[in-house]
Amino acid sequence: MKNLIKTLIPVVAILTVVTFVILVMGDNPFNVFQSIIWGAFGSATSIGYTLFYSTPLVFTGLSVVVALRAGLFNIGAEGQLYIGSLSLVAYALMFKDQAGAVAILGAVVAALLGGALWGSLVGLLKAFRGSHEVVVSIMLNFVSYALCGYFILNQFKNPFSQNPETSEVEAAFRISNWEAIFPHAPVNNAALLAVFCVGLVWWLLYRSQWGFDVRFVGESPEAARRAGLPVRMRLLQVMAVSGALAGLVGVNEILGFSHKMKDQFSPGYGFMGIAVALLARGEPLRVIPAALLFGMLQKGSLDLEIDSQKMTRDLAYVIQGVVMIAVAAQPYLSKKLEKRWELWTRN
Amino acid sequence: MGRLLLAVFVGLFLGCTKKESGPSVSSDAKVKVGLVLDKGGKDDKSFNAAAFKGASDAAKDFDIELKVVESPDDASYEPAIRGLAERGFQLVITVGFAQSDALKKISPQFPKTHFAIVDAMVDVPNVASLLFSEHEGSYLVGYIAGSKTETGTVGFIGGMDVDLIKRFELGYREGVLKANPKAKILTNYVGVSSEAWMNPTKGRELTLSQIGRGADIIFSAAGATNSGVFDAVEEKKKFAIGVDSNQNWVKPGRVLTSMMKRVDLAVYNTIKAEKEGKFVWGNKFFGIADKGVDYALDEHNAALISDELKKKVEQVRTDILSGKIKVSDYYVTRTLCPKSPLNCDRSQRRSGESGRTTQSVSQ
Repeated sequence: MKNLIKTLIPVVAILTVVTFVILVMGDNPFNVFQSIIWGAFGSATSIGYTLFYSTPLVFTGLSVVVALRAGLFNIGAEGQLYIGSLSLVAYALMFKDQAGAVAILGAVVAALLGGALWGSLVGLLKAFRGSHEVVVSIMLNFVSYALCGYFILNQFKNPFSQNPETSEVEAAFRISNWEAIFPHAPVNNAALLAVFCVGLVWWLLYRSQWGFDVRFVGESPEAARRAGLPVRMRLLQVMAVSGALAGLVGVNEILGFSHKMKDQFSPGYGFMGIAVALLARGEPLRVIPAALLFGMLQKGSLDLEIDSQKMTRDLAYVIQGVVMIAVAAQPYLSKKLEKRWELWTRN
Repeated sequence: MGRLLLAVFVGLFLGCTKKESGPSVSSDAKVKVGLVLDKGGKDDKSFNAAAFKGASDAAKDFDIELKVVESPDDASYEPAIRGLAERGFQLVITVGFAQSDALKKISPQFPKTHFAIVDAMVDVPNVASLLFSEHEGSYLVGYIAGSKTETGTVGFIGGMDVDLIKRFELGYREGVLKANPKAKILTNYVGVSSEAWMNPTKGRELTLSQIGRGADIIFSAAGATNSGVFDAVEEKKKFAIGVDSNQNWVKPGRVLTSMMKRVDLAVYNTIKAEKEGKFVWGNKFFGIADKGVDYALDEHNAALISDELKKKVEQVRTDILSGKIKVSDYYVTRTLCPKSPLNCDRSQRRSGESGRTTQSVSQ
């Protein structure tokens, strides 16, 4: 019973608040929910888009989760994903002649390294200088935007387009999308990589010595230090892993979809990753459903904008916000409601 | 008990969502037109606003169903265009060159749907590309700026540092120099990403800096960023020239004129053609002859443009039409100094410097 209440409370709270918002706006809530759900899952193409939007959220969600378990709040996933994508596209454009698995593997490693580098900058400053990771990672986001803008426009600019974007990568660097199952949708093999990463992070956190250290550091850094754990090294490593995971967003976006890096391509995947990680309560396995929920909202809200006369896609942000509040308020609410429930059943 | 409640609840929810299979497609014979706006949105008082105005005028005049979608980020063009096409919209108009990739990809998948794009060429047999001679219109307002300047220095502020806006700049430069061969022209670009279309703060700063360097008339081709430019000229009692829509009303008396790029006209005519079954794909050019580009004259700036100046500008228009004046087109020349060293000397412009602002001064 308790568990049921725990899972039901956020759902009921979310539906109530969102329904209220829609009613105030003067639209029919059922049409709106229908439009969102139909937009996200109504056809094979729609499902493909939903999966495509969810994939980067799995990467950034995992990125935030790993840092969270070490007691770090990584707000820099956005910057890390840009630097990861930048090194990926740089590798693909500078070593054009590669073929087969080497090409793609090399590009993926480049993305990992780029993200890891950007993440470990935060880790270094945190571990050895005591700088607060939130401040540092937020600031580094802006540095990464500027760096990407510079390299895209001055080093790798696509001469045939007015848009701020790099040239296209060679065919060897493109990973196949799932046209056969989801026609015209951009979902691709990066989704498999995302699922693999979820398993890997779960294994790392719960089945490896390293993960034990990390969780220990996260629970109590002081105790970990006294127990003789290399706390600083672990913080540095955690931020590197966190950044590397965020960097993989480039695999989905560049190798799988647009085949070039557009300036400012991310609609805030890094920041949505924070929401995903919080909704998943720091559990790697729960990142998948959380990412799917947000991916669904992103795709569904676009269709909502087309279908509804009064609602715009901003409703998705309202829902995201309510989800976060509901998740945060859930422990308090469930305690209160449990008491009520006990009283009610006793009488 | 709880399980039962849950079951009832879930059942209710699913029942309500599944009642109709998919959003219903209205069966009446109304022509359905979709308009996908660029960043900046329908309230940018400029480029997108013009497209929105054209479409809503058409919706008033003809019996059509209009749906306007705004795109806040690059990732949403594709699903928006596809979403409209999938829902049986006969005509989908996309606004801005940033949507060209998405349209190139989607238009062949819906061969029966008609598409149109403003400001880009998409060579697919169901796409109409609506293009404007921005350089000619900019030449006209440049001529006005060159005639009206008291300090001998005028400014140009571009939105995104791209070829399209350099086309504005080049036409403007030549127009200014035609009226005042000794004029000095200051140039700044707001940025290199599409955020540049909606950054009034930066627009204001650049304007103040140009005014500080002596400019008294500033032509700003920067979408929603223009509002910052207008604020700055009002503060410093200088003049601005608006762009795309007629922006004279935004700060009456401070906006000298506007380089009107009649996106509204192009959108209106495209919808009209669709309604009458006369949709034609391919490139359509709007120029100075059909008033697709023009300078704006209304009650808000009547006091600023004298009859004598008006006559002169009309003469320039006739000369351009007759070929007596040849306005350089950046798409063709690919340089801002086609008649060097007349209008550039040391303006070795490097696009997209890390400061995201490029500058050039020419004598």
